[in-house]
Amino acid sequence: MRDLLSIEDLDRGDIELICDRARSFAEVGRRDIKKVPTLRGRTIVSLFYESSTRTSSSFELAAKRLSADVVSVKSAGSSVDKGESLRDTIATLSAYEPEAIVIRSPEAGAAALVAGWTEAAVVNAGDGKHEHPSQALLDVYTLIDNVGPLDGKRIWIVGDVTHSRVARSCIRAFVTMGAEVTVAGPPTLIPRGIEELGCAVAYDLDNLGEADVIYALRMQNERMKQSFVPSLREYAINYQIDGRRLGPRQLVMHPGPVNRGVELSPEVIDGPASLITAQVAGGLLVRMAILYEILAGGERPRPLSRIGAEPGAAGEGSPIGEPA
Amino acid sequence: MSADGRREIGTLDWRGSAGGDLLIRGAHALDPRSDLDRECDILVRAGRIAAIADSGAGQLPDGGEEIDASGLHAFPAFFDPHVHLRTPGQEYREDIETGTRAAAAGGFCGIVAMANTDPVVDDPAIVAALRERAEAEAAVPTGYVATVTRGMGGRELTEMAALREAGALGFSDDGLPIADAGVMRRALQYQHLVGGTILLHEEDPTLTGDGVMAEGAVSAALGLAGVPDVSESTMIARDGALCLYEDARAHVQHLSARASVDAVAIAKSAGAQLTAELTPHHLVLTDEEVRSLDARFKMNPPLRTEDDRQALIEALRSGVVDCIGTDHAPHAGHEKEVPFEVANMGVTGLETAFAALYTELVMPGVVDLALIVQRMGAGAGLFDLAPSRIAPDTEADIALVDLDAEWEAGADGWESRSDNSCFAGRRLRSRPVITIVAGAVAYRRREFAMKVAG
Repeated sequence: MRDLLSIEDLDRGDIELICDRARSFAEVGRRDIKKVPTLRGRTIVSLFYESSTRTSSSFELAAKRLSADVVSVKSAGSSVDKGESLRDTIATLSAYEPEAIVIRSPEAGAAALVAGWTEAAVVNAGDGKHEHPSQALLDVYTLIDNVGPLDGKRIWIVGDVTHSRVARSCIRAFVTMGAEVTVAGPPTLIPRGIEELGCAVAYDLDNLGEADVIYALRMQNERMKQSFVPSLREYAINYQIDGRRLGPRQLVMHPGPVNRGVELSPEVIDGPASLITAQVAGGLLVRMAILYEILAGGERPRPLSRIGAEPGAAGEGSPIGEPA
Repeated sequence: MSADGRREIGTLDWRGSAGGDLLIRGAHALDPRSDLDRECDILVRAGRIAAIADSGAGQLPDGGEEIDASGLHAFPAFFDPHVHLRTPGQEYREDIETGTRAAAAGGFCGIVAMANTDPVVDDPAIVAALRERAEAEAAVPTGYVATVTRGMGGRELTEMAALREAGALGFSDDGLPIADAGVMRRALQYQHLVGGTILLHEEDPTLTGDGVMAEGAVSAALGLAGVPDVSESTMIARDGALCLYEDARAHVQHLSARASVDAVAIAKSAGAQLTAELTPHHLVLTDEEVRSLDARFKMNPPLRTEDDRQALIEALRSGVVDCIGTDHAPHAGHEKEVPFEVANMGVTGLETAFAALYTELVMPGVVDLALIVQRMGAGAGLFDLAPSRIAPDTEADIALVDLDAEWEAGADGWESRSDNSCFAGRRLRSRPVITIVAGAVAYRRREFAMKVAG
């Protein structure tokens, strides 16, 4: 594998490798000049068919910290079936001979399709409601940083699971790392059959007290119009994580952007239990680590799953050693 | 006319001439309708089966053609009640010539084209124009249905009597359901005046929503909106009840789910004049295929679970399902080489139907060969046509099939203009090599022709 398309493609060793690599990049961020020359002279295309603030900015900054040249293509509010087809767009961008294409699409499987059409390595920055692997990796990184290994940890993912690619990638990643995952939310927003990913399902928060970590999902306004829940008010009454529901040792995460007062109450967002800011900081490091692991193998990008399997490969040639 | 007074398939429109004289030597003939299962010589005179003789005893008529069919099976040629020929308006996907050639290559001696074209077939003049073109271009006899509602809008009935007068074999808004029960009821009432069955694409749009695949564990894992099986089965239950109440008849196309089989069985046992159809892809594949997110596995209704597939197979055996139809639905490359959610729904099927069923159901011993042969011809009966038979004094509609042929689907191209086959790349066993329609060779595989010449 030379692309990052899905958490499903990664085993525990792959995830740990990326987290280790991200940890090694933390030091770079503390320097005056926050750059390493690893990807100097290489081009990374960032192609976003959906609006995004933190994912696109953190991938761009990650690429720049690795000294890559970045081309950003944003197609505001557009989808691939309008105007130029995705395939034609990829053919056009491939003329720049990019080393990697970071793509977000409103449609499941778009990144995997693109990987079949280009020589470049492809990083899935979110494909429809399917997967958002870099988000799950940064969440694992943030969690390990704060609570240690995830084995046996109880993680509740609360909210609109049906429409959430974050939930699907996080369930897969947390389960792979040994956590016990429960998804909870309104029955209308928990997809039938989700247990197949290895999680338990709850329709209320009565047993939320067992959770070590509560991962709240964004509740989107458009779901109200489609009658998934009658009102945000009723949703908040039943599922909001607030000071009353949050136990003293529990930690709270959220992929952002947060609807204050809907899925999380303000005192929780801004309180000591919140890891939300740490997630954003970790996001930059993890995205540097992803680009590094996929591209730093030289002319021929090595399969991600094999990097580190070779003796000494993970530890040697630390990117941090080279002054920028 | 056949012995029972029904029209024969060759009376539909096609470019074929009146068939000549043939001697098909040494084929193993299998026709469950005629209780025929033995090696024999089949003598065809003037397009009709004249005699079935012991192998080696047949006499070649002067000027006739002899086909050495030893090692081949002879089946009554198949009939597909459910084909999208895409003409008029979508000839970049398929046209009458390419679609009917694909049918002939699949061993079919007749097909019925659906009406969801551009424009839709809702006007007698369009029916007449299509019939005229089929007479010039169709490689096999081709019938047309007209839409039930104007523009397939689901609200106003078409001029069903005039459409029947123009030659429409029946009616269907296939591609879309008739969501409004009142409209459905009026169409069934009107059937008492005009005749012709009504073919139904059963789906409740409010339950289907944005669904693009079967609802279940696979859709949950992929994050794709799912279509619950009740979207189909509740509509079948509704229409079964309406058929019973109006003493009218209808045909349920492409069942996909166990719940749908149950709904058909209940309606039939209550006495409703309901028939039902299955596609090869629903009998062979499940929603596990969709994990690849390959749009060649996107069709409507969607592939469902193994449990559903088992129920469909059982329905084929038990007779709850009457016939097989391919729902051959060609789409161009740019309509399929896109993310799954935005890809068009539908797969081609004419050229792989028999081979897929033979490979996946007959060879493992799941279903008898005779049953597949019977169900692949039974669709003609929906339109008051006599299903093809291998029996004296019937129209000579015969598929010669090499059951031992092994091939990779799509490896040597397709007769269809489109290549959106869900079986592409699969190793298949058995292949139709010659298709005879009304005594004329409508299709002959090239290597077979060479074998004859040599």
